[in-house]
Amino acid sequence: MVSTLPPFQRLIDEHAADLHRFVVAMAGPHDGADAFQETMLAALRTYPTLRSDQNLRGWLFTIAHRKVIDHSRARGRAGAPAADPPERRHLDPDGPDDELWAAVAALPPKQRSAVVQRHVLDRPYDEIAAVLESSEDAARQNVRAGLRRLREALDPQEVSL
Amino acid sequence: MTEPHTELLDAAEDAIADRLARLPLSTERSVTELVDEAVRRAEVEALVDVAWTVADTPIGPLVVAATPSGLVKVEFGDDEDAATDSLAREVSPRVMRMPARLDQVRRELDEYFGGRRHVFDLALDWRLARGFRLTTLHALVQDVPFGHTVSYKDLAVRAGNPKASRAVGSAMATNPLPIVVPCHRVLRTGGDVGNYGGGVEAKIWLLRHEGALLPEG
Repeated sequence: MVSTLPPFQRLIDEHAADLHRFVVAMAGPHDGADAFQETMLAALRTYPTLRSDQNLRGWLFTIAHRKVIDHSRARGRAGAPAADPPERRHLDPDGPDDELWAAVAALPPKQRSAVVQRHVLDRPYDEIAAVLESSEDAARQNVRAGLRRLREALDPQEVSL
Repeated sequence: MTEPHTELLDAAEDAIADRLARLPLSTERSVTELVDEAVRRAEVEALVDVAWTVADTPIGPLVVAATPSGLVKVEFGDDEDAATDSLAREVSPRVMRMPARLDQVRRELDEYFGGRRHVFDLALDWRLARGFRLTTLHALVQDVPFGHTVSYKDLAVRAGNPKASRAVGSAMATNPLPIVVPCHRVLRTGGDVGNYGGGVEAKIWLLRHEGALLPEG
C-alpha cells in the first residue's frame, strides 16, 4: 500500500506549539521540555508504521500523554499529590499562579490531561477522549473530577457541601 | 443537574478554568529551539529518512532533498508542500526540513551556477529511477560532460538500446535529479532544444551557461 501520511515536518509545523503547551501544563516547564522532545522522537520512531492518516493530532497527543505519565511514574509520583512539586523552582517569580501549578501537578494523570486539554488548550471532548483512549463520557467525567479536585485543593473551606 | 449546589460549584470551577487558561506555559528554551534539538537527536538515531531545503539559483528556486545515502530529489520551483508530499509517498513520511544536511548540495550548486564547478561530487540516491530509465540516466551522467550535448537517439545508443529514443525521452522527463544529472544536455536530433522540466527558458540558460549553446545575438 502506498503511504498517504503527510511529511512529518508538517505535523510538527502544525502541532508543535500546542503540543508544547500541553506537555508543559502536564509536567511543568522543566520536565515539559524533556517530555516534548521525547514525544517527537517516539512519534518519529513509529510514524512510518501508522496505517491511517486520520487523527494524527490525537495520535501525537496520546504519545505525549503517555510520555508525561511515564515520566511521573519514573519519579514515583504518579497520582500522588506532590506537596512541593519540583516544577515550582522553575517558576517565574513575577506573578505566575504557583498555587494552581502545584494543584495541577498533584492531579492524577488522566484528570490532569483532561483538564489541561479542556481548559488550557480549549479542545473539544471528542478530541480529549481520543487522546485519553476513552469514551467521550469518561473524558467529561475526568474533566469534571479534575476541576472538582482543583477546587478542593485551592479553596478547602468551601468543599464540605 | 438537580443538585442544589451545581450552580455554585460551576461558578467556582469557572473561576478555576479561567485561571487555568491564564497559566504561563513558556519554557526556558523556545519551541523552535526544542524542535531543532529534537531533530538533531532524531538524526543521530537515524530517524530522519529524508531531509530537504530550498536552494536559490539563477534559474529559480529548487527543492533539494537527500536521504542518508545521498541526494534523492531535485524539484524545480518552491512548492515545498507538493515536493514533500511526493517524498513522503515515494521515499518515507519521515521528511524533515534540515538545511544543514544539504549544505554540500547547496555549495556545489552555487559553484556550478557561478561557473566554478563542472562536475558534481555528490553522493546520489537513485531510488526514484528504475530499469531502463536508470540505465539511461547513468549513461548520461557518465558520458555527457559539462558543455557537451547529445541527442535522444545517441543517448539511446549509449544506454545500450539504439531503438529506445522514446524511452530515453521519458527517462529525461522523469529524471529525479535534474541539473546534477544533466538532462538539459539532451537535445532533439538536429539540435532543437526540446522540452525541459524546469521550462525551456531554464534549459536554454543552462546550455548557454555551459557554452553548449551560443548566446543570443
